[in-house]
Amino acid sequence: MTLHAFIQNLINGLAAGSVYALVALGYTMVYGVLQFINFAHSDIFMLGAFGGLYLASWLAGVHPQPLQLALIMIGTMAFCVIVALTVERIAYRPLRNAPRLNVLITAIGVSLFLENLSQVVFGADPQLFPSIIKTVPLLEGDDIILNNIQVLVVGVSLFLMLILHWIVHHTKLGTAMRAVSFDIQIASLMGIPTDLVIAFTFVIGSSLAGSAAILYGLSYPKIEPFLGVMIGLKAFVAAVFGGIGSIMGAAVGGIVLGLAEVFTVYYISSSFRDAIAFAILIVILLVRPQGLLGSVRKVKV
Amino acid sequence: MFSIFFRPCGFLALSLTVLLTGCIKKNAGDQTEAANRTELLFGEYGSMTGPESTFGISTHKGIIMAVEEANSTGGVKGKKIRVISYDDQGRPDEAVTTVTKLITQDRVSLILGEVASSRSIAAGAIAQQYKIPMISPSSTNPKVTEIGEYIFRVCFIDPFQGSVMAKFAMESLKYKTAAILRDVKADYSVGLANFFASDFTKRGGTVVADLSYSNGDVDFKAQLTAIKGKKPEVLFIPGYYTEVGLIAKQAKEMNYKGVLLGGDGWDSEKLTEIGGDAIVGGYFSNHYSHEDKNPVVQNFVTRYKSKFGEVPNGLAAMGYDAAIVAIDAAKRSADLSSKGLRDAIANTKNFQGVTGIITINDERNAIKPAVVLKVAGNNLYQYVTTINP
Repeated sequence: MTLHAFIQNLINGLAAGSVYALVALGYTMVYGVLQFINFAHSDIFMLGAFGGLYLASWLAGVHPQPLQLALIMIGTMAFCVIVALTVERIAYRPLRNAPRLNVLITAIGVSLFLENLSQVVFGADPQLFPSIIKTVPLLEGDDIILNNIQVLVVGVSLFLMLILHWIVHHTKLGTAMRAVSFDIQIASLMGIPTDLVIAFTFVIGSSLAGSAAILYGLSYPKIEPFLGVMIGLKAFVAAVFGGIGSIMGAAVGGIVLGLAEVFTVYYISSSFRDAIAFAILIVILLVRPQGLLGSVRKVKV
Repeated sequence: MFSIFFRPCGFLALSLTVLLTGCIKKNAGDQTEAANRTELLFGEYGSMTGPESTFGISTHKGIIMAVEEANSTGGVKGKKIRVISYDDQGRPDEAVTTVTKLITQDRVSLILGEVASSRSIAAGAIAQQYKIPMISPSSTNPKVTEIGEYIFRVCFIDPFQGSVMAKFAMESLKYKTAAILRDVKADYSVGLANFFASDFTKRGGTVVADLSYSNGDVDFKAQLTAIKGKKPEVLFIPGYYTEVGLIAKQAKEMNYKGVLLGGDGWDSEKLTEIGGDAIVGGYFSNHYSHEDKNPVVQNFVTRYKSKFGEVPNGLAAMGYDAAIVAIDAAKRSADLSSKGLRDAIANTKNFQGVTGIITINDERNAIKPAVVLKVAGNNLYQYVTTINP
């Protein structure tokens, strides 16, 4: 029985962690290229959830359901990309050569702006995310339940991460991204269009956030304008835990965080659900500041 | 150096003295000012937005209806009643701010609110401090009226509500094992869970699991995994409808087959919107049922329907009752000072409200029966039974 409960928690933790991982990837990619934390990323995620909500009511007549879900997901990803590119163009690009702290503060400003703007537009009331796909148990044991949404969440996340891995390591664009990440000035001297590469990094990060928002909405159908705050913080912790700047690290960090939360609630108390994430952050910063899979950057004085 | 510092200091001290005397004078004039006004001002604070928005909106509709009806028959002592309403967004800190504003800026004679006990407790302390009577329509946690002699309520309290559901689970449903999933951030939920647990055990049942969540959580699967392992026949969730809906949904996904029970925090049309068919079959205690055959209730339901085009829920009925108790007290009160209003409310005896006969006892609570409702479908709540104190 305890083994069954353990496996059940493993399943639940994996599904929760996959969403964190997808959001964490957005933090880590922007950090890898620009060395600043894009705090507005969590609000891109939140806007994605609302975008998905409206798209779902607009596309309600489309059948079959998997096609409808695919359309909603692609539409939401596109919407998030447009918002993120607008933010990048208006708020971040003018500060490309400014001190990093200025960009960081701008990011916090953009985050607050997006949260309060959506409170005005969508209202402070939590809204119900439609169940685009009906929840069906795939494995219905007496003690272990596995449903289609959980499989979908983990499956889609893995699929997107594999695509991301392929883009970064096996395409010309990925090589350019890594070059910009290594040294932006030298990369630009080598003829790499750095602005374009940076914009593309935002495209990837925000489309991952958009897909994460849909997966989140399917699992926890309650969305509100401040939805991104906690998830953003947790995903940020996941990114730091895995080693900020490391794509593999963000994926691993997200999953570990999801599992840690579920096991904490099950074995200790629900009051520690949020505390555990930040305890992990503190411990990793003390023990291994570069993160699990991060590398130390040597700075010449 | 000395003179440079001294001068502004002296000026500051002088202006402070002026300000302070001004304040004192204003306060002293308060009572006569309130009595001489051409209208009677009621203040209302509630969660018009936020995760418990339907509570505030329903209560507001009940209050507005009661006040309009009173005004159409001439008001109180020749004065029309006006209600000033503020939204506290479902946050205790905002509740404190709005009540302070109602008292110090709008200078209301009486305050109506809140639904959630955490916010009534936070803001009630302010009302008590300024000695302005406050009537909570539906905060059931005992601590609310324990604040002081100016804080009242027109509903039953959680020791009774908890025992109602424990009695119902044991005697009507014949179940012996229960699990509890409580919201540790809400005074209401913690109190109700404790009273349910002690009464259920006293009656010979066993509470096999007692777990918690926090207001705003969305994932309850870990708690539900733990609960499912203990195989309780009933799961008591004394929370608010947003989380309860999500919990019910996830409980169904986790294949938990027991019966779900709850309190008046379930009373919202959003409960079935969020919970869907997962919440159908659950039972909760409430203040009244619109299916009650009592002509007072039916008359109220008809008037409310023709005004707002919807069936009033328990919170609308409680809001209405809080307002008519206040209006009745104002009519009986010798003057419209806050002391006079307070004494008149405290003397409310056998007053016919929509949710039952209201008598305010020495603890400033109302002693009333509770009804048990069954969730029957999309925004459909069937009357099951009435349990008397």
